[in-house]
Amino acid sequence: MTPLAAILVRDMRIAVRVGGGALIGVLFFLVVVTLIPFAVGPNLPLLKQIGPAILWLAALLASLLALDRLFAADHEDGSLDLILMSRAPLELVVATKGLAHWLTTGLPLVIAAPLIGLLLNLDAPAEITLVLTLLVGTPALTFIGLIGAAIAVTLRRGGLLLAVIVLPLTVPVLIFGVAAANTVGPLPFGTPFTILCALTLASLVIGPFAAAAALRQEME
Amino acid sequence: MRLSAVDLACHRGGRDVFAGLSFAVAAGEALAVTGRNGAGKSSLLRTIVGLVRLAQGKLSLEGGDPELTIAEQAHYLGHQDALKPSLTVGENLRFWAGFLGARAVDIHPALTAVGLDELADLPAAYLSAGQRRRLSIARLLTVKRPIWLLDEPTSTLDASAQERLAGLMQAHLAGGGLILAATHGAIGLDTARELRLGEVDS
Repeated sequence: MTPLAAILVRDMRIAVRVGGGALIGVLFFLVVVTLIPFAVGPNLPLLKQIGPAILWLAALLASLLALDRLFAADHEDGSLDLILMSRAPLELVVATKGLAHWLTTGLPLVIAAPLIGLLLNLDAPAEITLVLTLLVGTPALTFIGLIGAAIAVTLRRGGLLLAVIVLPLTVPVLIFGVAAANTVGPLPFGTPFTILCALTLASLVIGPFAAAAALRQEME
Repeated sequence: MRLSAVDLACHRGGRDVFAGLSFAVAAGEALAVTGRNGAGKSSLLRTIVGLVRLAQGKLSLEGGDPELTIAEQAHYLGHQDALKPSLTVGENLRFWAGFLGARAVDIHPALTAVGLDELADLPAAYLSAGQRRRLSIARLLTVKRPIWLLDEPTSTLDASAQERLAGLMQAHLAGGGLILAATHGAIGLDTARELRLGEVDS
């Protein structure tokens, strides 16, 4: 087994075990979205209008939920020392951990989104565009989050700092994700969706490099 | 194979931890790094594997693989055991074997060597401190690397486990490996030379 495959398998295993972040992310997502119709009331046109935005916000918060432990856990138990010593490039290890996190936290959100979209009165075309934008956009949320997770690695209450660092950086993804998902708005689907794809591709590259640099800096 | 250090210095947190440190360890030799608390025993081991930046001096390895760094040819057994409580004993060991570059590995000989073979399917959360230590020692046996850097390897180990570790270290030395161990007490190797830190006062 190559080092990167070993990391992927281990992180996914930990995430689905008791105390792992995978199930908690999805449950949090479902709870937050379920609360909205209770708060807003049974106003179907309004729900339909704000539905994609609500789902996107909930997905954003849910992807950040387990992210603060991503490197902090490895730092506390000494695994990070061995990872830093290893021949596998740190950038690739970080990207692999991001992939494992997305597969266990982001992907379940994408799968759960159409079900929970029914609560917000989304019709079939709206559901399809929503799933597409979340599928393309959630990797960007995870990989931008890697930067915050790496910066917060040595801090005890890293989760709060993580949110403060990461949430502003996710604003462009949120804007174009919601714009593409909104089928009732004035914008066409293609333009914001293309920009969303570009943002994701950029974050897939920048995230691991920035996070690896932060980890190296902090381990000194 | 020979690991040599010339005039090493290490600064951490604005303080000189040690300076002007020179030593050499050849294949088949063990060096016990001793000294009072805070003398820089752990910092020395972490400096050798590149986890702490070398402030001054030169570290070199003769006779090793020139393609690899010293860290990539070394096993580092730190204070923490690098185990995930939610994974089983076997999964933890298999992960490190895979991550450290073993292709397909049978973990049972290593688990037997540290006396944990019957516990292979137990989640690591249920292990005692000594058992966790033994499991992380098993990591050194799954992938063969010539340099062992051990940070207080005998802490938390009981008498029989300490004996077992001494046996493993002797086997490693006999196989042409070299060992640097930071320690307070005896590590159970009669042949070990001593490197005393802390003579340099900052």
